[in-house]
Amino acid sequence: MIGPALFFSACLFAIGVMGVLTRRNALILFMCVELMLNAVNLSFVALSKLHGVGGQVFVIFVMTVAAAEAAVGLAIVIAVFRHFRTVDLGALRLLRG
Amino acid sequence: MDVVHPLSGTIAELIWLVPVLPFLGFLINGAFSLTSAYLPGPLDPSSDPTSGHSGHTGEFPALQATHHGHRHRWEKATTIIGPAVIILGFLLSAAIAWTMIQRGGDAPFIQRYSTWMPAGTLQVDWAFQLDHLSMVMVLIITGIGSLIHIFSVGYMREDPGYPRYFAYLNLFVVFMLALVLGANYPVIFVGWEGVGLCSYLLIGFWFSDTNNADAGKKAFIVNRVGDFGFLIAMFLLWSNLGALDFAGVAAKAATFPVGSGVITAICLFLFLGCAGKSAQMPLYIWLPDAMAGPTPVSALIHAATMVTAGVYLIARSSFLFAVSPTASLTVVIVGGVTAIFAASIALKQWDIKKVLAYSTVSQLGYMFVGVGAGAYTAGVFHLVTHAFFKALLFLGSGSIIHAMHEAYHEGHAHHDDAQDMRNMGGLRHTMPFTWAFMWIATLAIAGVPVFSGFFSKDEILGQLFERAHGSTLADAHWFGIPGSAILYLFYGLGLITAFMTAIYMTRMMLYTFHGENRSDEKARPHLHEAPWIMTGPLAVLAVLSAVGGWVNLPEWFTEKLPVGRTEALHHWLEPVVGHATTALAGAQPPTAMSTELSLVAAAIACALGGILTAWLLLKPAKLTSAAKAPAAHGVARVLERKYFVDELIQMLLVNPVIRVSRTLLWRGIDVGLIDGLMVNGSASVARGIAWVGARAQSGLVGNYAWAIALGVLGLVAVMTLG
Repeated sequence: MIGPALFFSACLFAIGVMGVLTRRNALILFMCVELMLNAVNLSFVALSKLHGVGGQVFVIFVMTVAAAEAAVGLAIVIAVFRHFRTVDLGALRLLRG
Repeated sequence: MDVVHPLSGTIAELIWLVPVLPFLGFLINGAFSLTSAYLPGPLDPSSDPTSGHSGHTGEFPALQATHHGHRHRWEKATTIIGPAVIILGFLLSAAIAWTMIQRGGDAPFIQRYSTWMPAGTLQVDWAFQLDHLSMVMVLIITGIGSLIHIFSVGYMREDPGYPRYFAYLNLFVVFMLALVLGANYPVIFVGWEGVGLCSYLLIGFWFSDTNNADAGKKAFIVNRVGDFGFLIAMFLLWSNLGALDFAGVAAKAATFPVGSGVITAICLFLFLGCAGKSAQMPLYIWLPDAMAGPTPVSALIHAATMVTAGVYLIARSSFLFAVSPTASLTVVIVGGVTAIFAASIALKQWDIKKVLAYSTVSQLGYMFVGVGAGAYTAGVFHLVTHAFFKALLFLGSGSIIHAMHEAYHEGHAHHDDAQDMRNMGGLRHTMPFTWAFMWIATLAIAGVPVFSGFFSKDEILGQLFERAHGSTLADAHWFGIPGSAILYLFYGLGLITAFMTAIYMTRMMLYTFHGENRSDEKARPHLHEAPWIMTGPLAVLAVLSAVGGWVNLPEWFTEKLPVGRTEALHHWLEPVVGHATTALAGAQPPTAMSTELSLVAAAIACALGGILTAWLLLKPAKLTSAAKAPAAHGVARVLERKYFVDELIQMLLVNPVIRVSRTLLWRGIDVGLIDGLMVNGSASVARGIAWVGARAQSGLVGNYAWAIALGVLGLVAVMTLG
């Protein structure tokens, strides 16, 4: 069962990466990052079958951090929207060199 | 093994005190000038609206201060300390000289104080060498120095920079003594540079006038050319002879064959140094400009002592020149050409100090002819007598200038040039003492019998004539020209120079003291003799100028008139220069008494002929004051403008240097290469790189994400495939 689980995890991760790379909406970007995190969680869980319970413990940590990150990230997105009246990342290029 | 020197344990051990005393004077007077409040200088535009006048050379601007009560607060202390340290030094050195006469001893008395440069086999000490030659120089420096310091009290007392003046003058004496007492070339060089510094400081003493400051810079820069020669000579000495102290160099030099190329090169470089310091061709141009300094400075530094350092150095290095007839002949040629060239310029100068300056250059040429021909005693003898009469002439001119200035000021007259002889005339009525003293000096420098200059000049010319036949020098060749031809030629030129000397000196006396007074009517009644503190030193120098020749009376003279010892100076200097003199003379046949007497007759004829010519031809009565004088034409103009040498140097040397500096060095290298290419260039490169880097910073999160993703892909690819 590990093979299909890892394959599914890889697919999820790839979808996440493609989302991050191609979409310009900050919220969607954010959701895609969550997708990548969960793909990694899935492979952790799957691999814990081979390497012991450590992988599952790690998933708990990742979920905790992800929750915190979601809180901070969403707050930033809201702040950005209040400031620029948009969450289109293509329009935000204040740090251009 | 060491033989105890006859001078050790005597007062000669105190020789170090002679330069240390003036050094203390320098410290004290220097402190006075630093602690005193700012006093506006006489040429300071803010000081006095009526003193806007500023002349060209060595104007005497001190008088304004007198009448405004601007005497210096340390004036009394400086008046005592300044001259006292030199007088004490003179008394000490006179005592040492007396001990030397009593105890004798031919070897130099060398005192080592500390090690200066202990580098491998190079061992240079701070050491003084007291021998017969340096003793003569120390006596001249401290003796004439004392008189000039006393004179300066009268001349400079009203100047706001009075303590500063004495500080510099004392410091000059310190370095001059180090120069003549040094026991090796590096110590001499320290003194050599030190006197150059003091000369610069004193020429530019009234530095608020740009002309004076420029004259100081000119002297300093021209001297650098000469000092370069001195340095190269020292390097060559060290690398080829392995010694820098006189004893070591003399011992090594004797092992070289006569005419050795190395020694010739050393001598020529050394002579370049001497030509710079002693104002010989082509480096003489600074000395006439150096007249911008106060007149006592001209007397002490630019007539009696510093400018004779070159003559001293050649006499000191006689063991080197004895090995190189070529270098010795070069010295004769340069000295002889300078002598006649400068004398001809002096014929048409109007500034009284310029006449004396060119006269000094000319007389220094005589000295070089003497030491070049191997007549070291004659050269040093002329150095001594010249110190007497030229110091007297300069101090006398100083008292004239002082009187002229004071008269202009007290008479509230228009300030004409107080140094232009066309504005003087008839001063013998108002300044009888100065007149009498300066005539003595004039007769001495012209070479009128029994005055000091007669004996010294005659000895140089006589020795030159004797050397021209049968001596080592006459048999040598100078670039294919036989030495004997050169010596005969320069004997002839020497006679002509003597004739010209008599003319220009008489001319100066006639225009200054005789005829009618040509100064402003308002100033005329205020002309008066200088105070005793100035005429006193003049009197002493007048006595010395008159009888100074007695230190070295020739044989033909004492035979007929036994009034003194025969050739006393010659015997005195024998241990120092005797060997070199014999080496250059070689198997020279003794001169017959009749020949010698006819040479003397020729010299006397030149002197008296010159005086008579000037007396008969020049008509002071026809002269008009400087402002009304017509411009000179033809030869007179060429002489008056000094053969346009300054203009030529400006055109050929200074202007090209300025042009190269401006176009190549400033705009090309400095602005172009360093500023443009290197400083701004590196900035441009950095900006270019930054521009490329900035393109990567798009500010778009997506682009960064792409970069990260591609990077990860790359890494994974490397790790899996590699």
